[in-house]
Order: sequence, then C-alpha cells, then structure tokens
Amino acid sequence: MTGAQVADSKVNANTAPALQLSGIHKHFGAFHALKNIELTVIRGEFVCFLGPSGCGKTTLLRIIAGLEVQTSGTILQGACDISRLPPADRDYGIVFQSYALFPNLTIDENVAYGLVNRRVSRADITTRVKELLKLVGLPDSGGKFPSQLSGGQQQRIALARAIATSPGLLLLDEPLSALDALERVRLRHEIRSLQQRLGVTTIMVTHDQEEALSMADRIVVMNHGVIEQVGTPMEIYREPASPFVVDFVGKANVLEGTVTAAGKLKLGEHTLDCAQCTETGRSVRTYLRPEDIVARPIEAGDPNVIDAAIEKIEFLGSYCLVRVTATGFPSALTVYLSLNFLSEHTLEVGSRLKLKILTERLRMFGA
Amino acid sequence: MSAVNPAQGGIALPLPGPATTQRVHWTDRIGHAVLLLIALALIVFLAAPLAAILMQSVESKDGAFVGLDNFIAYAQTPALKQSVWNSLWVSAVVTLMAVPAAFIFAYALTRSCMPFKGLFRTITLTPLLAPSLLSAISFIYWFGNQGLLKDAMRSMGIDSIYGAPGIILSEIFSVFPHALMILVTALSLADARLYEAANAMGTSSARKFFTITLPGAKYGLISAAMVTFTLVMTDFGIPKVIGGNFNVLATDIFKLVIGQQDFQRGAVVGLILLAPALLTFFVNRSVQRKQTSMLTARAVPYSPSPSRGYDTVMTIYCVIVALLMFAVLGMAIFASFVKFWPYDLSMSLSHYVFGLVDGEVGDAFVNSLKLAGGTAVLGTAIVFVGAYLIEKTRGMQAARPLIQLLALTPMAVPGLVLGLGYIFFFNYPGNPLNGLYHTLTLLVMCTIVHFYTTGHLTAVTALKALDAEFESVSASLKVPFFKTFWRVTLPICTPALLDIARYFFINAMTTISAVVFLYSPETKVASIAILNLDESGDIGAAAAMAVLIAAGSTVATLLFMAFGWLVNRRTQAWRRPAES
Repeated sequence: MTGAQVADSKVNANTAPALQLSGIHKHFGAFHALKNIELTVIRGEFVCFLGPSGCGKTTLLRIIAGLEVQTSGTILQGACDISRLPPADRDYGIVFQSYALFPNLTIDENVAYGLVNRRVSRADITTRVKELLKLVGLPDSGGKFPSQLSGGQQQRIALARAIATSPGLLLLDEPLSALDALERVRLRHEIRSLQQRLGVTTIMVTHDQEEALSMADRIVVMNHGVIEQVGTPMEIYREPASPFVVDFVGKANVLEGTVTAAGKLKLGEHTLDCAQCTETGRSVRTYLRPEDIVARPIEAGDPNVIDAAIEKIEFLGSYCLVRVTATGFPSALTVYLSLNFLSEHTLEVGSRLKLKILTERLRMFGA
Repeated sequence: MSAVNPAQGGIALPLPGPATTQRVHWTDRIGHAVLLLIALALIVFLAAPLAAILMQSVESKDGAFVGLDNFIAYAQTPALKQSVWNSLWVSAVVTLMAVPAAFIFAYALTRSCMPFKGLFRTITLTPLLAPSLLSAISFIYWFGNQGLLKDAMRSMGIDSIYGAPGIILSEIFSVFPHALMILVTALSLADARLYEAANAMGTSSARKFFTITLPGAKYGLISAAMVTFTLVMTDFGIPKVIGGNFNVLATDIFKLVIGQQDFQRGAVVGLILLAPALLTFFVNRSVQRKQTSMLTARAVPYSPSPSRGYDTVMTIYCVIVALLMFAVLGMAIFASFVKFWPYDLSMSLSHYVFGLVDGEVGDAFVNSLKLAGGTAVLGTAIVFVGAYLIEKTRGMQAARPLIQLLALTPMAVPGLVLGLGYIFFFNYPGNPLNGLYHTLTLLVMCTIVHFYTTGHLTAVTALKALDAEFESVSASLKVPFFKTFWRVTLPICTPALLDIARYFFINAMTTISAVVFLYSPETKVASIAILNLDESGDIGAAAAMAVLIAAGSTVATLLFMAFGWLVNRRTQAWRRPAES
C-alpha cells in the first residue's frame, strides 16, 4: 500500500501521464503475443522497450501507433481514450528501422510531407523545414534525394519528418539497428539530446541493451509478451527483478548455494558472509556481476576473499574478461580486470590471485 | 485498490468477449469502396461466366438439371473422343520438341559467351508480337497445296501440311518464346559458388551439368513443359487455319457452340480444356515457391567464362533457330506483298489495298487498336489500383483472400473457356447486363480479365519492393493514403505500369481465343478478321492482316519504350547517383 502511494505521489509531482496502457492483450491466432501489459509513461520521458526478438516489444509499439489492434485493453493518451482510433486520428510521429523515406521526393519534400496537408503557408513550411534540417545537423541537404545520403543521415531526416508536426509522442522502432557501429553511437547521443531539448515524450524499441541503458529515462524489459521489469537504467542493472533481466542486461555469474545460517551462504566448500541471506536451510541460485568480484583494494582480514587461478583471458581493449577457477567453488567465475592491473602483476593464464566477492551485490531469486 | 480488474492478476488468460476493433478512418472507407468495386467487377466478369459454364454442363437444352448426362453423352461420341486424343498427343509432341529446343537456346543465352545475345533474344521473342496463327499462314505458304517446299515435304513422307504436321510445326514456333522466357529465368538463377566448389573438386563438365545445372533448372523445365502443353491444348487459331480435317478440342468447342448452338456439350468440352490449365496453374504455384527458396540472398550470380569451341557451337545453334524464325515471319511478310501467289510473285500492295481496305476489314484493325488501347488504359488502372489496395491498405480482412483468389484465377482459365462463359452469361436473355453482349466494352473487359493475372503479379512485385511502412508514416503524418499513392507509389512504379500497359496492349492486339465468341460485325477485331479472310480463301489478305497486327504491335512496343524513357527521366530521377 505505502509503496503504491509513494509511487503515485511521485507521478503527480512530476506531471500527468502522457500515455497509459492497461490490460493490453494481443493474440495472433493461437499465439499470445502480449499478456496483460500495464504501463504508464510520464510526459517528457524517454522510455525504451528492451527485449529479445519475438518478445512483443515491436507489437506493443505498433499497438500504441494504431498500426496493430490490441485484442483487448485500453490506451489513454493524456485524457483521451485512443484505444479504437485509427492511426491518422492519433497524435504521434514515428521513425522506422528502414527509415521509410519517400525515395522519389527530395529531402525538403520528405520533411514537409506532413506539413503540406495542414493548411500551413508555403513560406512557413520553408522556414520550418530549414529549422528542422538545422536541428538534425543537415542544413544543406534539402535538395538531395534520400539515396544520396548515408544511412545515418537518412535516419536523421526520418526523425526530422516525424517531429515536423510537433507531435505529442515520438515512437522509434529500432531506429539505429540498420546503421554501422560508429554511426549508431553518434546518433544515440544526438537523438537523446534532441529529445531532451524538445521535451517530447518518446518511446523507443530496441534489442540493444547498451542503447537502452545509455539513452532511456526508464527501461521496460520485456520477454515472451510480458513486462519483466520497469525501472531506470541503474535499477535495471543493479536491481534486476528476475533471472531473465540479469541474463539479458549485462553479464552475470550464476552460483548455486545454500543458506546454512542467517547471514551465511555456502558456495561449494566456501562459506561467505551475506547479510541478505536470511532464510536458513534454503538452497538458492545467486547472480553476481563480473565487476562485483574485485581484485583491489583487498586488505588483510577482509571477508569473502577467495584464491583463484586464471583459466582464460579475453582481451577487450582497456580491460579483459577473465575466467578464473577457485578450488572448492561450484563453478568458474568471470571477472573484469583492467589491462594495467594484469600487466602490473604480470598475470597470465595459470597465474594465481586473490579476489574479493562483494556479497552485498548478490541477487537471489530462489532455486 | 478494491476495484481490481480480475484480468490484472498477471495470468495470461485470453479475455472473454469480442476482440477490440479499430474505428475506420473516412479515407480508408474510400479504399474499401474501391476494393469492393474491383471485387464486384471480378465476380461479374470472371466468376459468374465460369459458373455459367458449370451450370450449362449439368443442364439439358430446356434448362433442367440432368446431372452428368452431358458428360456421359460426350464420352459416348466417338468423333469427340478422337478430338481429345488428338489434342493430347499433338500437345505432347509439341512439348517434347519445343521445350528441349528452347532449353538449349536459353542455355546459350545464359551460360555461354556467345556474341549478340540481346539480338538473339529479341529475334526469338518476335512471335509474341503477332497472333499465333501467323505461323500457320506462313507454313501454308511454305508447305501448303501451292507451297514452295511442298515437293521436298512430300519426299520426306508427309502427304499434306494440313492436319497434325502443320499444327505441330506452327505451335512449336508460336510457343517457343513462352518456353524460352521461363527457361531463361530458371537458368539465370544459378549460384556461382556451387560451380566453384565443383571446380575445386575437379568435377567434369558433364557431371556438373547433371548434378548442378539440370537440378537447378528442374522447376523451370517442369513449368515450361506444363505451360507449353496447356498453350497448345487450348490454342484455337492455329488448328483452325492449318488443321484441315484434323479435329482438336479447341476447334470442336467452336463448332459445337457457334455452328451447332449446342451449348451443353460446348460447356463439357470447355470444362475438359480447363483441366490441364488448372493443373498447370497449381504445379506452377508450387514450383515457383520452391524456385525462390532455392536461391538465397547470399548467392553469387553465375557468369560464364569464354570457351571458343563451345561458344561457337552455341552460336551456330542460335543462328539456325533465328533463321528458322525469320523464315516463318519473313514468309508471311513476303507473301502479303506478293501479287498473285504462286503465279505472279511480283510485289504489290494489292492485299493491303483491295483485300483489307476495300473489304472493309480495315475497320477491324481500327477496332483492334481501340480494344488494345482500352484494355491497356483501363486494365492497367484496375490491375494496379487493385494490387495496391490489396498489398498496402488495411481493413476488410475477410474479403481479401477472395479478391486475391479472383486475381490469380484468370491464369488458370484458357481464353476459349473464358469466352464461352461470356456467351453463356452475357447472352442469357434474363441477364440485366445482356446489353453488353457484342459491344466493344465487353471485349475490353473480357481481354482485361483474360490477361489479369500477369499484370497483377507484375504490380504486386513492384509494390512489394517498396518500403512496407510508407503507408504507416503517411497515416502518422495525417496524410490520406490516396495522396501518398499519387505522390509516391505511382511515380515510383511507372516502369512497372508501362510494362503492364504494354503487355495488355500487345495481347489485346493478338488475342483470338476469348474474343472469337463475342464480336459482332461492328466490333470485329483484326485477329478475327484473319480467320474470316482465311475461311473465305483469301489467304493473301489474311497474311497482310497478320503482318499489319505484328507491325502495329511493334510500333506500339517502340512507342512504349520511347514514352517510358521520357516518363522515367522525370519520375526515376532519384535512382540516378548524385551529380557532384
């Protein structure tokens, strides 16, 4: 009760919700693509739908756009029930993975496409198009055709076209997936800063966790048609609500153990101090991020320190993904060690080192 | 917190009650109305005539239901059974000769470094520009009673060209381009990586042919054989002109319906002709699906490497085929200018002037141009709008499979059968559309329906190449779909539109089978006039008319190409790389 009230007051303190989904179900024949989706998006927020392919994230976005029809459930945009409205009667701009720019129209004509229909004077359209092209950093490309631009530039134009009519909601369907790695990172920042400047409520679908973590105010993690967790990027990463979220976002070591006494977790032959292990006698499956096993600082007398041997080093640039085995441990562990640390201590495959497990970061979901 | 929705328990249970439906935007209603109109047209001009044939076949002359009596009576008529056998064996012989000949030609075009490939290809496609019976007229001039090579033919043991020999020769000529196009497509779909792998393992050429090439072209061969068989089986013009007393199903149907007014038995023969066409249709559908799945997006296109001996052999073969084509086409042209075959071989325009103009059959040529023009304009519009509404708009989900089925059906219906259905349906006194019978409008509709499927598939292919989200983007920008259709879809698709229009035009110029049942003296078209001239013994004028049609089709093709070049320069500017 109290939790819910706190959450409510927090919502009210910011602004009214921009979008409310309740009880959304979607069936494709016998396939249940979305199961009872409940979600509130706050005005001006950047929300990411994150999940593996086939989890229903794109279907949910298309339902919000009116391009698919939910089997049941309601959608409120502001105070308006848009559940049954056709796409043309809803208020949003949309950007697709394929850009969907009209290839036979110039960049100017593409950006002005939605303005021409609104009884805006020709001069105003020209001004607005100029302004938008400047906003997306392509002020001089108005006379070109889409095929004369790079993928990243085309996606910027698609974005300009989507926001040209100042919609209340911006929908992005995997907008960066078709771009190469460098362009993707650059456009990530641009979209985010543009969104913040315009203050437009935005929903982006992505399967790329890095993209979601770096761009979103809140992430909606989805799997098999259900919402697994809704939270800020930090919450999703640090306090994953389910084993699926731990697995899908970031890396994790999985350790099977038993709680032998209050505050004591037995992993193989080792017993670690663990404040959140309360239920005695229970066997648990715990999840631990690689960065929560540290090599320094370790001081004499520190608890939860283990002896380990390096089994494999995967070089990733400034740091390495290192697989270690510790005698008496149920399974091998993966840790991050910086390149400098490895060379300082001349560590290589077979070397031994001490590692401290930050047990307060252990996540448990029961076995 | 007390008013908890029972569905919010997080349990994935399907909710009771009907699924949510979206309200329909008024612009979408326009689309739905047009789609319904097209569906209605296809029902009236395709489904209803076909149903009329079915009904006639199980009715007596008085309209009473007689079950299968007509079929039983048919099976007990020896003369008609003879026609079935004749049709079958002639079609089989033509298939066995034309498909291998076309395969070698297609192989030379796709898998050799022979020179002048484009020229060879153009020459072999020319039969498509004239009615199929042009070849029959030509063979009469070569081997007929007063033919140039009659004695040579006699010495080879063939008494008369009139009958099976003439039909077989003429049909090989006229189906050759159809088989060739299918086989060229099939042989173009080769993955170079398979040949590279085979070479790396030191495979012999013969083994590569039998283990890679032939299996790869298998579906194309099946398809070409089926199409050839059906074309011959259902062709009317050639057996009419050169068949003599050799009866086949296609000529039987005409005699029964027009000669004896025996609609019931005509309907039975029509249904028999429908059988191979339907079979071909379904085999082709499954074959196409397999063919496309064979070639993945990763495949590397095969390009042949030069090999002097082999390339020379291939060139010689293609030259021989091309010369034979010229001999057939050339003879018709030559004969049409000859003053009085075979006694006075001096050149004159008398067949064109006296035969055609004075015989008032010049009007027929004008009618042909009207028919072709009307079919090209109206047909392209209907086909493209229909394909667009099916592919790119939403709503009316229940009606869509039906419309798609109707759009694909014409492929499986021979023209002769379609024309028969039109008589039964539109000539029926109680039909309110009875007034259309014998009009040019009905001829146009019949021709559009006859060639609908190819146009439809061309349009669908072009539309599928467009980004699927154009319509979604337009809706989000509050631009009605018809505006996007006009500003984006149509300009992008102009090359496909011109292809469809040209296809309609050429086929309307050369078609005989469907319209032979439907014309009146006022609406007689040129291809029918050839038949009438031939029947009255004026074969010189018939040749002139056939040449005139071929010339008209050629000029039209060139005009289409010129027009296409002009239009595409405007609408396809975006395809050109940046000028910088």
